Amino acid sequence: MKETSDKPEKDQEEKIPAMQTLIDNPFLLLFIGVAMPTVFYLIWGIMEIVTIPVAP
Amino acid sequence: MAQFRTCPDTGLYFHKSAESLIKANAVAAAVALLVAGVLGLLVVLTRWQAVHLLPADQFYMALTAHGIDALIFWIIFFEMAVLYVASSVLLRSRLATPFWGWVQFVLMLVGAIMTNWAIFQGNSSVMMTSYAPMQAAPHFYLGLILFAVGALIGCFVFFGTLVVAKQEKTYDGSIPLVTFGAVTAAIIAVFTIASGAIILVPTFFWSIGYISHIDAEMYRIVWWGMGHSSQQINVAAHVAIWYLIAGLVFGARPMSEKVSRSAYLLYILFLQLACAHHILVDPGVSAEWKVFNTSYAMYLAVLASMIHGLTVPGSIEVAQRAKGFNNGLFEWLRKAPWDNPVFSSMFISLVTFGFLGGITGVVMGTEQINLIIHNTIYVPAHFHATVVTGTTMAFMGVTFFLIPVLFRRQMILPGLAKLQPYIFGGGMTILILFMLGAGTLGVSRRHWDMDFTGAALGFDYPGMAYTLMGIGAFGGVIGVVGGAAFLLITVGSLLFGKKLEPSAGLLQSFGVPLAASCYTDERPAILPRAAAAEGHHGSSFEAPGTFVLALVLLVTFVVYYFINWKYLASVWQLS
Ligand code: HEM
Ligand SMILES: [Cu+2]
Repeated sequence: MKETSDKPEKDQEEKIPAMQTLIDNPFLLLFIGVAMPTVFYLIWGIMEIVTIPVAP
Repeated sequence: MAQFRTCPDTGLYFHKSAESLIKANAVAAAVALLVAGVLGLLVVLTRWQAVHLLPADQFYMALTAHGIDALIFWIIFFEMAVLYVASSVLLRSRLATPFWGWVQFVLMLVGAIMTNWAIFQGNSSVMMTSYAPMQAAPHFYLGLILFAVGALIGCFVFFGTLVVAKQEKTYDGSIPLVTFGAVTAAIIAVFTIASGAIILVPTFFWSIGYISHIDAEMYRIVWWGMGHSSQQINVAAHVAIWYLIAGLVFGARPMSEKVSRSAYLLYILFLQLACAHHILVDPGVSAEWKVFNTSYAMYLAVLASMIHGLTVPGSIEVAQRAKGFNNGLFEWLRKAPWDNPVFSSMFISLVTFGFLGGITGVVMGTEQINLIIHNTIYVPAHFHATVVTGTTMAFMGVTFFLIPVLFRRQMILPGLAKLQPYIFGGGMTILILFMLGAGTLGVSRRHWDMDFTGAALGFDYPGMAYTLMGIGAFGGVIGVVGGAAFLLITVGSLLFGKKLEPSAGLLQSFGVPLAASCYTDERPAILPRAAAAEGHHGSSFEAPGTFVLALVLLVTFVVYYFINWKYLASVWQLS
């Protein structure tokens, strides 16, 4: 089962790019994917609703 | 000891427990689709003013159940199956904690039945969105909560399986692209379900009297955190299925793993922010919040969809050209297996999602031109293009593939199966196009009586609006026929299809494992790393046909966008 990459051996040992470490880490992605909408959509949106002054 | 079965036709590995769960979830999904389809027929025949089938109260009840059974129960049950396939099957790994997998299934089943029961008792016709201060029966909300908890458990079984696969080194390199798409879907699902819990739990307590007041605007914002995001789970999942089917049918490899994964990353970052497009005309939130979340963020997510829409057919084109279909721009497409429902479903899904769903979605996401069609039947027309011809057809396509492979039954009625995607896709496209038109003329969504009989404030729609609704509804009836054909073929195959494996009996179709001799304790071979596609760096010129298709999409969009702005100007009599 040596169907691995066509690249020569030494290329594979090269440092993994930062972007790839991000993409290979599902839990980091999970964190980002939940944090983004929580901050920009939910928290920001809710803040705007709760700061509406109550009618006298 | 984990036991695996190797599919003799495809070489796919099925972990015994995962296999049962995939079957159970897929069958539950089909049942939900059946209920939803019958209700869809009743709804569409009521909106066809010349038929006007149901009385008002039953119409709203049927519409509530149609939305929930179709959009929530059919789609999410199926997505659980997709998650298990993408983790366990594609990674050749045992499923983490099958026990919790069954908890997922049972909770979702109980929840789905409970909510349906509440709706059909008649006091919960609050529509799918169940906006407060409209109040449904407590078990309406409780059912949804149980369903959501089940789905959340399913997501964690999925993530757990990723961990198991990594630890047990079932694959080399990065996870496959299709699994990465499923990761995206599961991530969005976690946010979706969290939002759902934040709003539905208090609403449930409100319905039993423990909380006195639910703020209507707060409800809308948080509810759409769930309602919109759940559509983005669908997008991530059906795009993954496009890639899967392109690979299965053509042996196509992604043009660039990097580009496709980056596009998914854009989904993870930005897709969910577009929840705000449901709040575009609500008072109380600032224009900054609306514009940031819908325009800037949403366009980045749309960009990602366009990348997928380009790379999937592009990869098919490259694979077809490699097989010698090299004449002209489109021989690769003409010579595609159009009579294979796995492919035709997927391709119709791709085209209608882009041309109908995508273009109308961007139009509706633009605050100003949204005003022309806000809350009209244009909106359901748009999302039938995304969730019906888009998501549902992708799921149907992969189901045709799974009948022999997963259920070990030969598909019955192959002649009908060839036609099914065209009947369903064609009928729904008619429904979509004509209801888009009717919506532009102002016909309301969720409205029982276009005539406003006896209403204090009536309105006379132009005769054209009635015609458009009638033709659209006719298309809907054809769509229902196509949906019925799908269920006839799939359920019929599970019950009566020729057994490809002698032990694939009736109960096996519903989740009972096959004969013990089908499984071994032997570990599947390690999934090799995806070979780098040398020379395929995603340049459009290897796929000139796809490039032309993309330009057609762009031109269509520009023209349609212009027409809408022009129309807005004429509504305000500015030109
Ligand atoms: C099989 C053929 C189908 C037909 C003929 C059909 C027809 C319709 C029509 C005419 C409406 C709008 C009614 C109104 O607003 O007055 C509607 C609403 C809706 N449909 Fe369908 N539909 C079908 C399948 C589906 C499927 C497969 C899904 C989801 C995957 C779906 C999801 C929805 C949702 C979410 C609503 C909105 C409900 C609401 O306003 O609360 N439909 N359908
Ligand atoms: Cu949305």
